[in-house]
Amino acid sequence: MNALTTMMLLPILGTLLLAVIPSDQVLRIKQAALATTLLVAISGVLTWFNFNSADTSFQFVQSVKWIPSFGINYAVGVDGLSLVLILMSVLLAPIVVLAGWKESEGGRWSAKVFYMLILVLETMMIGVFAATDVFLFYVIFEAMLIPVYFLIGGYGSGDRAAAAVKFLLYSLFGGLLMLASIIGLYVISGANGGHTFDINKLSELHNYMSPTTQNLLFLGFFIAFAIKAPLWPLHTWLPDAASSATPGTSVLLLGVLDKVGTFGMIRFCLTLFPDASKTFTPIIITLAVISIIYGAFLAIGATDIKRLIAYTSISHFGFITMGIFAMTTQGHSGATLYMFNHGFSTAALFIVAGWMAARRGSSTIADFGGLQRVTPVMAWSFFIAGMSSLALPGLSSFVSEFLVLVGTFTRYPVAAVIATFGIVLAALYILIPVQKALHGPTTPGNENLPDLNLREKIAIAPVMAIIIALGFYPSPLLNVINPASAHVLEVQGFTDPTPSEGAGK
Amino acid sequence: MTTSTSLAYLIALPLAGAVILLLAGRRADKWGHLLATALSASSFGVGLYQLSQMMAAAPEERAVSQKLFSWISVGTFNVDAGLLLDQLSICFVLLITGVGTLIHIYSISYMSHDPDRRRFFAYLNLFIAAMLLLVLGDSYLNLYVGWEGVGLASYLLIGFWNQKPAYATASKKAFVMNRIGDMGLSFAIMIAFATLGTVSFSGVKEASETASTAALTGIGIMLLVAAAGKSAQFPLQAWLGDAMAGPTPVSALIHAATMVTAGVYLITRSNFIFDAAPTAQLLVVIVGAVTLIFGALVGTAKDDIKKALAASTMSQIGYMILAAGLGPAGYAFAIMHLLTHGFFKAGMFLGAGSVMHGMNDQVNMRRYGALRKFMPITFATFGLGYLAIIGVPPFAGFYSKDAIIETAFNAGGIKGILLGSTALLGAAITAFYMTRVMVLTFTSPERWEEDQHPHESPILMWLPMAVLAVGSVTTGYLFTRGDGLVHWLEPVFGEHGEHEEFLPAIVVSGLAITAVVIGVAIALMKYQFSDVDAKAPENVTEFTLIARKDLFQDSFNESVFMRPGQVLTRLLVKGDESIVDGAVRLVGRTALSAGSELRKTQTGFARSYAALILIGAVVLIAAIWVVTQ
Repeated sequence: MNALTTMMLLPILGTLLLAVIPSDQVLRIKQAALATTLLVAISGVLTWFNFNSADTSFQFVQSVKWIPSFGINYAVGVDGLSLVLILMSVLLAPIVVLAGWKESEGGRWSAKVFYMLILVLETMMIGVFAATDVFLFYVIFEAMLIPVYFLIGGYGSGDRAAAAVKFLLYSLFGGLLMLASIIGLYVISGANGGHTFDINKLSELHNYMSPTTQNLLFLGFFIAFAIKAPLWPLHTWLPDAASSATPGTSVLLLGVLDKVGTFGMIRFCLTLFPDASKTFTPIIITLAVISIIYGAFLAIGATDIKRLIAYTSISHFGFITMGIFAMTTQGHSGATLYMFNHGFSTAALFIVAGWMAARRGSSTIADFGGLQRVTPVMAWSFFIAGMSSLALPGLSSFVSEFLVLVGTFTRYPVAAVIATFGIVLAALYILIPVQKALHGPTTPGNENLPDLNLREKIAIAPVMAIIIALGFYPSPLLNVINPASAHVLEVQGFTDPTPSEGAGK
Repeated sequence: MTTSTSLAYLIALPLAGAVILLLAGRRADKWGHLLATALSASSFGVGLYQLSQMMAAAPEERAVSQKLFSWISVGTFNVDAGLLLDQLSICFVLLITGVGTLIHIYSISYMSHDPDRRRFFAYLNLFIAAMLLLVLGDSYLNLYVGWEGVGLASYLLIGFWNQKPAYATASKKAFVMNRIGDMGLSFAIMIAFATLGTVSFSGVKEASETASTAALTGIGIMLLVAAAGKSAQFPLQAWLGDAMAGPTPVSALIHAATMVTAGVYLITRSNFIFDAAPTAQLLVVIVGAVTLIFGALVGTAKDDIKKALAASTMSQIGYMILAAGLGPAGYAFAIMHLLTHGFFKAGMFLGAGSVMHGMNDQVNMRRYGALRKFMPITFATFGLGYLAIIGVPPFAGFYSKDAIIETAFNAGGIKGILLGSTALLGAAITAFYMTRVMVLTFTSPERWEEDQHPHESPILMWLPMAVLAVGSVTTGYLFTRGDGLVHWLEPVFGEHGEHEEFLPAIVVSGLAITAVVIGVAIALMKYQFSDVDAKAPENVTEFTLIARKDLFQDSFNESVFMRPGQVLTRLLVKGDESIVDGAVRLVGRTALSAGSELRKTQTGFARSYAALILIGAVVLIAAIWVVTQ
């Protein structure tokens, strides 16, 4: 059976399994959910092992007719780009389940519903990256909103209902723009060789489009993706959603769902509309640089730890977008690796911040203080996660961030120079909360906070291990990513700038 | 180049120590410090072995390399995890592991009452590993990993007692200011890759032979920014004084002997860039000259013994940077002064720690006095370091500093006269403030606070001080015998032709000694032969007030960067809430009211959904219309 389809079916089977477990057997439900996500993670790793990185076409492809009258297929397949994102998603899922063992309790609905939503979401996370039929992609892209909406609105905290609605409306708005573009593509494909939603065939279509058409269709996709991977000024839904959601949901939201945006920019914007991409590159690079600096400043000014992490992500998504549109192999591979690494460093930050907030009953940074001496393991976990977020060399995010910077510099030096100032701001937005929450005298009320228990340590250890291991040895991922990046640029007709002088001339 | 398989052990040993100590947690409290010290010493042993191998080889074949694995490879950007040990890096390896091990030993006793001693030793080992990576990496990107690694270790150690808010702030300040320097290093690497197509030392060296001056000047200036951040050089110097919040052995190792000299390493390592970029080289000299006077002036007004020594470190590194900016004639002397300084300054910092140990952690020299009688060993070792730093022959600092002053004069023309005079003036001020430290602490009458019982430190503390004192006495002579160090480093820095001497060497030495005598004399009159207040006098000259405030470095940074930055942050936070999100809310409300109007004719939909479907449908129809035109 197809590896990707199997991976998508497993969580569905898990959902069915959960359905037959009585709602009051909460532990059973959790164990079943964890076992399912672990199984999916294993199959994800196996798929990675079986992937042939030398082959730049889609692998593990499967295509089944779905709505033949419109030429819509259930069609899946992966290249290096989608493979690493699927790998990231399925590795994060069991970590989220284990780390947020108690998140499902105290919500509007039962724990059973919580885990069913998570598992359904996992299927969609795999599917959205694996889809090679544009319509299938669109359906999953929109359908994903539903479980997330209920996860935020049903299990979150604070003004969760409002945050969930804002998230939903914002995303729907983008999705509808994309739908318009997809239908436009469909119409054009009919006039040029037959109606289709197949990404490979659609990528030939740009030769038949007028510049205006291409620009408009591009914008439909791009705005949807710029909302997902929030690019300034379309970012304001993110801090609300991320601070109201449970930590686990936030990890999936920022770590995985938002990546659909940056993934989509490469897969759809660049591939389908190469000329429009070139036209809009200066504007997009500008918005990306603004996001980097703007997100960093808002993170520095944040008083709530969860909102702070959300703002850092806006800055990080700016880096990713900049890397994508720099159109160099370093920028591209760096951006893809950045997507993977950001998943883990943000997961670490959100998970640990979630534990801190759950123990303290508050996520206001000023309510913490002196945690390093009360809960050393938790404090260390937060610190390492923070170092990863500020891209300390030796940790995974450094490799990707530096690749993006160096890859952008060779083509857009001014943008790269401004973006580099982000690394000083990053030092501030991480070290300020580190100082306030972990250092200084212990704030009254925090003296007896418990440190991480065994379950929590087991949940965070693999995240830390990945962050450190990929910092020193990123080749296993770069080997998969590089051919895919090179292929996209080749199709685009871009070659790396050659060194302006010296031996490389 | 010869390949080696054992270079990685230099780094792996202390790194393993850091990992074991941090992961083992409290279980390692009993033996952690011993393991860390043993691993640091083993690394020193490997270094000695490497040295013996090198000495046995012919000068051109001494450099060895080791490729570990391909680290980052994308397109033409290929960086190996590779190590390079040559005549320059071995100097650092031995300094780092040698002085490092002595300081480990010292800390066993110094930190024996601290409940977190194990964590302290873990950080020390982490530092040694990162610093070794810094000097052994074979490309700018590998160096970068060590570069920020030592920054991290420095941050952790400055903030070792971060339960005190001021110390936590000091550690953050050091990290952030270092990051500004790191940004320079990032730029340098980016420019190197964009223009030369490579970031390895050997690649850049080769490419620099044909590269344009503009590209090399850009790289050089950015490297200088990086060096200024790490080495506390003007204008990125303000963090070093605050860094004294760290335990004193840290000040000795990181903020005197090794990490802060990384900037000198970076510039001398990049000699092929600066030799071909005169503008960048001139800036190096200027930064060095300004800092050597800046640090010295600050040093004259500090009552805190550690801060006085820190100001002195800044100033002495200024000498090294100055020398490094003098080109092939100066590189070797920069390294020589770096090595001798490593001995005498580390020794004096450990001495300061010993004094604090005996004086209930008092750091105010105005509350010291007469400690010569109570701490004779500390007095003797500190005193030898003192004679070395002020440049009294035949102590180590005399040789290295004299060589720099001489080379500065020989730079020729107005430049030579200006630089040489600056270096001489610095020598006089150094003699003044160091004599002040010496007198206030050891030889003037006692001005102790109540309940002080000064006593000599235990052997584990004074033994490392004694070893360093021996170095302070002998290294200058050893390095200069037969121009040994200069010849040793020639394969790295290249030979330089004989310069025309501006003044005969003996005259320069005479001038230097005269400057020292003047400085010492003034300090003796002011502090030894007059009464010293136990409280810092307030009716002092404007100059003293300014020097006490570190020549307004913090006020400047606060008013030019920090406060405007805070205002900007507040404005952006407010603007994001009211303008950006406000616009979104306005659109949302408009859509919602449109939806509720529509709902009057249509029921069943959530009103918001309806509004969006409407908007979507309009856009959709428009799009189809456009594409079918």
